[in-house]
This record gives sequence, C-alpha cells and structure tokens, in this order.
Amino acid sequence: MDNWRKSPAAFWASFIPPTLWLLAFFLAPLSLIWAFSFGVKTGITDIDITWTFQQYARALEPLYLGIFAKSLWMAGVTTLICLIVAFPVAIAIVFAPPKARMWLLLLVILPFWTNLLIRTYALIAVLRTRGHVNFTLEWVWENTNGFLTFIGLGSFNLIGERFEPLALLYNNTAVVVGLVYVALPFMVLPLYAALDRLDRSLIEASLDLGAGHIRTFWSVVVPLALPGIASGIVITFIPTLGSYLTPDLLGGTDSQMIANVIERQFKSANDWPFGAALSFLLMYATFFGLALRALLTKREGMGDRT
Amino acid sequence: MQSDASSNEPIIEINDVTKIYGSDVRAVDNVSLTVNRGEFFALLGPSGCGKTTLLRMLAGFETPTEGKVIIDGNDMADVQANKRPVNMVFQSYAVFPHMTVAQNVGYGLKIDGVAKKEISARVEEALELVKLGGLGARMPDELSGGQRQRVALARALIKRPSVLLLDEPLSALDAKLREAMQLELVRLQKTVGITFVIVTHDQAEALSMADRVAVMESGIVRQVASPAELYEHPASRFVGDFIGQINLFNGNASPAGDGKVNVSAAPLSDQVLDGTTTGPVCVAVRPEKVSVSRDKPTDSNLLSTQGSVADIAYYGGYSNLYVDVGAADPVLAEITNAERGIGPGYAQGETVWVSWRPEDTLLFAE
Repeated sequence: MDNWRKSPAAFWASFIPPTLWLLAFFLAPLSLIWAFSFGVKTGITDIDITWTFQQYARALEPLYLGIFAKSLWMAGVTTLICLIVAFPVAIAIVFAPPKARMWLLLLVILPFWTNLLIRTYALIAVLRTRGHVNFTLEWVWENTNGFLTFIGLGSFNLIGERFEPLALLYNNTAVVVGLVYVALPFMVLPLYAALDRLDRSLIEASLDLGAGHIRTFWSVVVPLALPGIASGIVITFIPTLGSYLTPDLLGGTDSQMIANVIERQFKSANDWPFGAALSFLLMYATFFGLALRALLTKREGMGDRT
Repeated sequence: MQSDASSNEPIIEINDVTKIYGSDVRAVDNVSLTVNRGEFFALLGPSGCGKTTLLRMLAGFETPTEGKVIIDGNDMADVQANKRPVNMVFQSYAVFPHMTVAQNVGYGLKIDGVAKKEISARVEEALELVKLGGLGARMPDELSGGQRQRVALARALIKRPSVLLLDEPLSALDAKLREAMQLELVRLQKTVGITFVIVTHDQAEALSMADRVAVMESGIVRQVASPAELYEHPASRFVGDFIGQINLFNGNASPAGDGKVNVSAAPLSDQVLDGTTTGPVCVAVRPEKVSVSRDKPTDSNLLSTQGSVADIAYYGGYSNLYVDVGAADPVLAEITNAERGIGPGYAQGETVWVSWRPEDTLLFAE
C-alpha cells in the first residue's frame, strides 16, 4: 500500500472509478433524501425544503415511536433466537470431520442462492391454514382420534370435536419465524469463524483442570467467542431491524415494522419528506447501536489490561 | 540424574494398550509400561511414533482401542479427563488468554469449589514455586513464552495431581532457555515429589532430565531403561542410532562357541566378540570410544582398521574426525582437544588407524 506514491497514475486510476460510483449512486441520493427530510410537501410531486424539523417532530409522535419500539423488539427477539439456535450449529460444524464441514457450511449458505421472495412464499405455503404444518398436525390428530375411538374413548372428545388448524400465519410469531429463517446464516457464519479460531487445547486444558463440558463452555468457549458473538449480533440485528419484505408478507395488520411504514410514505401516502425523516431516524438508531458496540468492545479491551 | 525419590511402587500401569485410528492406523501398538511413583519418566521418539497419543490416553483425551490404563490403582476406562488425578502442560501451553495469570493458575481450584482465600494463597505459593511471584495480575499476552510456560506449569501443579503430564513442554523455547528449563523442571520435580511423564523428540532432553526413558518407534516401545543404560547398552540398532551418535558396520556373524561369535563386517574381518547373535548383524561403536593413532595399535585385542582422515569438525572442547575406512560411511571418532593450540592434531588426508576395545563394541541383530 505504501508504494502508491511511486505510481500515482495507477493509484488514481483505481481510486477514482469506485469513488465516483459511490458519490453518484450512494452519497448523492442519500444527501437528497436527507435534504427532503427537512422539507414539506407542497404538491403531488413538489417538495419545498424549508429546513424545518416538523417531519422529525411528527416521526417522534407516540404512534411512530411505538412502531420503532416494536421493530426493535422484533429484531431483538429474532437476534436472540438466532444466537441460541446458531451456537450449537456453529459448534457442530467446527467439531465435524473436515470433509463434512465443507458440506455443512454449504448447507448454511445455500438459502442465499434462492430469491428471498420465493423463500418467503415457500414459508407461507408451510405455515398457512391449509399448509404443511397444519396438514401434519391434522394427520396426527386424526390418527390419535382414531386410536381413541378404537380403544373406546371416542365419545369423550378428549382432543376436541374436530381438528382446529393453528393460525400460524399473519401474526407476529410468523414474522419472527420468517426473520429468524432469513437471518440465521448471518449468525452462524461469524460464530463459526470465531469458534474455528479457538485453540482446541484451551478446551482440553479446561477439562484437564476438572471443569465439565458445560462449565468449559461458559468460562472458556463463550468468552473467547465474544468477538464472533458481537459481530453476529450486529449483522443479524441491523438488517432485521430494517426488514420490509418479511413483515409485509408474513405479518398481520398489527405486525408492521418501521420499514413498512417508510415504504408507505414513499408510495401510497406520497409523503417523501416524512418517509425521509423516518429513514434517517432508523439510520441514526443503527449508528447508535454500532457506536455502542464499538464502545463496549473498546472498554472490554481496556478491561483486560487492569 | 537418577533420583532417590522414585520407588518401585507403580503409579501408572499401561497394559497392552493399542490405539487404532480409522481402520488400520496403529498409532500405539500393544504397549505395556509401568511408571513408578515419584519418577521422572520420558516418552522419547521421532514425530509420529505414538508418544503423544499415549500421553493423551493418560490424560483422558483419547480412549485406548484395546488394553487398560491404570493410574493410582484405578482403572481409567470409564473416568473422564476432568475426573482423572493427572494434570497436563500442553505443547502450546494453552494459557487462557482472557484470564489473568492468577485466574489461570487458580482455575482448577475454583472449579473444585475451594474457598477464595485459600485459592489466592495457593496461587501465590504456586507462582513463587515457578518463580513468577508478583505477576499474578498480568494478562498472558504481556508475558514471554518462557513465562507463559511457567503459568501452565503452576496451573497444572496447583491441583497436586498424582501425575503431571508434559507434552513437548520445551519445544517452543530457544536453546538457551530450554537448557535452563530442563534443569528447572528437574528441580521442580524433586521439590514437589510428583511423578512427571514428559513427551519429547529431543534425546538430549530425555537423557538429561529423566530417571527412565521409553524409546518409541511407529507405535511400539523399543526399550525402557535409564539414560545411561540406553546410551551404553541400546537394545537395538534403532535405539542405538536414535540416541546419540554411533558408528555402524553391517556384516555377518557365525557361532564361535563359548558364548562368542565370529564377526565379519567390512572393514573388520574375523573379529571374535562376546555374543550369541548370528546371521546378518550390525557392529556398532560410539564415537567417543574410538581412538585415533598414527601407528598401528600394539594391543592385539583392540578392533582396528586403517583409513584416511576425510573431514575434521572442530567444536572447541572436542573435534570430530571422519575417517574413511572403505566402508559405506566414514568412521566417526570424537577426540578431546586436551592440549591447547594443537586441536585434534591430524590433517585432512592423513593416513591413520582407528581402534576401540572389544568391550565397547555393540552387536545388533539385523
């Protein structure tokens, strides 16, 4: 990197195109939206940028704060479930025989190769009233009922008069299930990377010194995997917080997240200034989370010294 | 360094232990060994000889495919690593990077639920023992390699195990530090009186530290003996060749009656030696047992042959003379440079006689 001074032409040739790209397609539109967020709508397509804070004031009304809080809650629950599910998966992959490891990792990233929309519709087919889960449950119910009738208990309706399909779709649970499904690989991969780096003899040393497997997990594996856990939380939580498609397709009327509200402002409500303000609030919240994480890891790093 | 502390009471009994990896890799092949209480025992062999696998079976990280491991009178078959009366010093030291030195050393006691006060007292004591007193608050990444190893030692010794297992503990240290640590490990072992079992590929390390050494090759124990016995009376060509330097001559032996054999191994011919081995044999002699002279030795009992000095390597206190005697390899003679300024006193290309006593001669069956 230090020899770019020797060939400035090559440096600028490789530096300018991506910079221009970012300026034109990322920073410029972002600045435009940022400017919109300080404006008011004056006509169907006219926006007057008056540098007013009224859009932000409106975004901080209880209705929208509630949706923000709900989004944070849904993303938080999703991240937590992902962490709990992904940890054993990552451990299993790390301790699998080297040949199997490659295939297991492939299975984890396989969903990325399919379009999210298709995967979400597939999930609808699984969860809907006449979906695969309910079909399976119905089959179990009928067989149990048949068995009860067979042994002469059929008239007591012990498991209900008829099979009631579970409402698995169009509610918050469905959204969390969908979000976990989408985000899980993002949690597994950093955890796998962190655990793979872990020196096995540290685990053996802990066992050798008398600790059981559970004790070893909490006092050696988890502390040493913390950087991976932190990365996993960040890259799961942030995209989940801004997810739009999953709550839109799997959620009910009360499970909209902030991205759905933003989408409505830009489309059906045609209120770009307000949508812009909400977008930027979401971005600031994300920055705040990242800053908090950086601060925590920094303090932890310093704590090691004392 | 023969120790008086060791008794003949066995603390480890390894009975017909075999470890097979996959379908047919015999990492450890039908090994039986006894380690006595208070002994400094070394498992020595080239890499891949199964010594580390054997050690890990003692620690409980590997299970024998066949055979039994008995420690302190108890069969270890169903005893997990964390319940065994042994502690281990790992090759990589395996010091927990997220804990202070004191937390590392006290880890085992904390697991055992020892009171905090006692832990800190015993940690301080253990750190003093390995000369790390006052460094308890440091983090491992602030320590040198040698210091990290001492932390690993203190951490393993603090639980007062019946046996301390050491897996190539000195291999990561530089030469000077390694020598100092060899002496220190012996001192430590005498101080604490715990049985040490060390794995090493470095024969000098095994010879200088251990009371007894087991020499292993491709999963099989070739010889178990004291260092002096191993060096002077190796049981096989492999052991003789692996421990120290040795001159080897291939030849044949025929019976000569009365516990003697007649050996011809170029350039030696018709030498009558003590022994019963007949057929293809290997005659061997250690380089420091070989004398060099300009004149033919007068003592007719000596084994001798003429040759020319092919190479001279000067090492200060001694020189190695490589004498070409017409055999496959030149004869190596180690000459003490007893007089100042003269060196070995021979020149390259000079015709000399090499000779040694029949009682210094080793005879191996091929």
